[in-house]
Amino acid sequence: MHGLLSLNNLNTPNTKTESTMQLTNRSKVVVKHDLNWLEKLYLPAIFSGLAITIKHLFKKSATVRYPEEKREIASVYRGQHVLKRDDKGRENCTACGLCAVACPAEAISIEAAERKKGEENLYREEKYAAKYEINMLRCIYCGLCEDACPKDAIYLSDRIVPTAFTRGNFIYGKDILVEGIDASGRVDVSKRKKNYEMEGSPKQPLINK
Amino acid sequence: MDWALLLDKTILIVIIFAVSLGIAAYSTYGERKIAAFLQDRLGPDRAGPFGLLQPIADGVKMFTKEEIIPNASDKFLFIVGPCIFMMTALMTSAIIPWGKSFNFGGHEFGLQVADLNVGLLYLFAVVSIGGYGIMIGGWASNNKFALLGALRAASQMISYELAMGMSIVALLLINNSLSLREIVDGQAGDGNVWNVVRQPIGFLIFLICAFAECNRAPFDLPESESELIGGYHTEFSSMKLGLFLFAEYINMFISSAIIASLYFGGYHFPGIDSLDLPQNIAAIVSIAVLFAKILFFIFFFMWVRWTLPRFRYDQLMNLGWKILIPLSIVNVLVTGAWITFFK
Repeated sequence: MHGLLSLNNLNTPNTKTESTMQLTNRSKVVVKHDLNWLEKLYLPAIFSGLAITIKHLFKKSATVRYPEEKREIASVYRGQHVLKRDDKGRENCTACGLCAVACPAEAISIEAAERKKGEENLYREEKYAAKYEINMLRCIYCGLCEDACPKDAIYLSDRIVPTAFTRGNFIYGKDILVEGIDASGRVDVSKRKKNYEMEGSPKQPLINK
Repeated sequence: MDWALLLDKTILIVIIFAVSLGIAAYSTYGERKIAAFLQDRLGPDRAGPFGLLQPIADGVKMFTKEEIIPNASDKFLFIVGPCIFMMTALMTSAIIPWGKSFNFGGHEFGLQVADLNVGLLYLFAVVSIGGYGIMIGGWASNNKFALLGALRAASQMISYELAMGMSIVALLLINNSLSLREIVDGQAGDGNVWNVVRQPIGFLIFLICAFAECNRAPFDLPESESELIGGYHTEFSSMKLGLFLFAEYINMFISSAIIASLYFGGYHFPGIDSLDLPQNIAAIVSIAVLFAKILFFIFFFMWVRWTLPRFRYDQLMNLGWKILIPLSIVNVLVTGAWITFFK
């Protein structure tokens, strides 16, 4: 019985446990013995239990009161996506669909359209995404869409996706995903950019590597 | 009929009802807060500052929920069950002396609804009727889980009432009275100490039995969410469920008041007489003292709940019949011998 209860029982060297690989030195020898009369009263154990719980009354709680108080998250946190615009406010996305292909959760769906005359200030290249939807319930926030994007168009930001009451409300369209044109609407993703994407370094799309 | 007396008592009863219900409501809040703090959490904090309006939100929720009476149930008894439970919970507060009496311009205003000379017997009688509330509610549900919970509750109450009664017998031998006011006053003044000093074993037995009578953890196996999905109130919904839950907190409040009165000097504290306060101030102080003791015991009830796991049914019966009852009988014998030979 003793050998079964303990991982490194020194008193019984010939049992199987001796040859067991020891991962830590925290294992304890557990010896089962009959309770003496004081232990049979259970009162000392009850009082020590009460002492343990009362200690927790004065400990700091682990709760983060979410909407008022936000947990500190990593600077490269992978949260809600953003579709970037360039310096002139034109959408970067050309609806190539590489993000949708790369997406392991198949959360992205795109419909492409051709840029008409007079829309040059809206879209950077001749083709653009007429519809760009991400299902936030399918998305696993892996960031592969961001890696796949050759046009610097999609990034994951450090914003947390808010809750909603219906499943439909979790399918984000371009109205939510595309960042604003003016400075206040822009989403800073510089932390998520790879070294080679930073200013001054030559642009190397991942797809050619 | 003395109209002044009637008015006095009516006012007092209304106040006691309001206070009992208020304390019970805020006990639910307190329980959730204390549970949270003991587990390094925050507890309810959304309704009002620090979540103080949570009991009101819960009450509104209970009242507005759909009221379901199962088809197969005995409808009359199904409604009577929670009513009896609630009624008996409120009735026990009648004999508790809440403080010293006020004096409004020569008119004495006592703070005890009824100073029965058989107060403790009344208490036991009413508490045992409370068992019927659970029993009837569980049986009328026509549900196996409810019936099992009700059976457990009934047998638990019967088992622990015996030991509780015996621990009270030892107390009576010392105090020579069944009246709660006389027992409380017997613990104050020169040469008298709190009964917990004179009857430590009796106090321990009474405390354990009080936990069992209130169906509180570690004796909450009539309810046991995990195995009986709520026990006797499985089928109850809306405010009928609310009554059961609420009555339980009132029971806890009353038990705390009785523990404080029987063993911890009630509204007295050592040295209260030497302060020589004017009567009305002394009355207020005595009420405050009693409520401080009561609140401590309510806290203790909750503290124990979040410390100890639930008993197994055979362990419960072992503890009741094989340990507490013999121990309480020995306690009575030793107390009797001590009074006969040394007093």
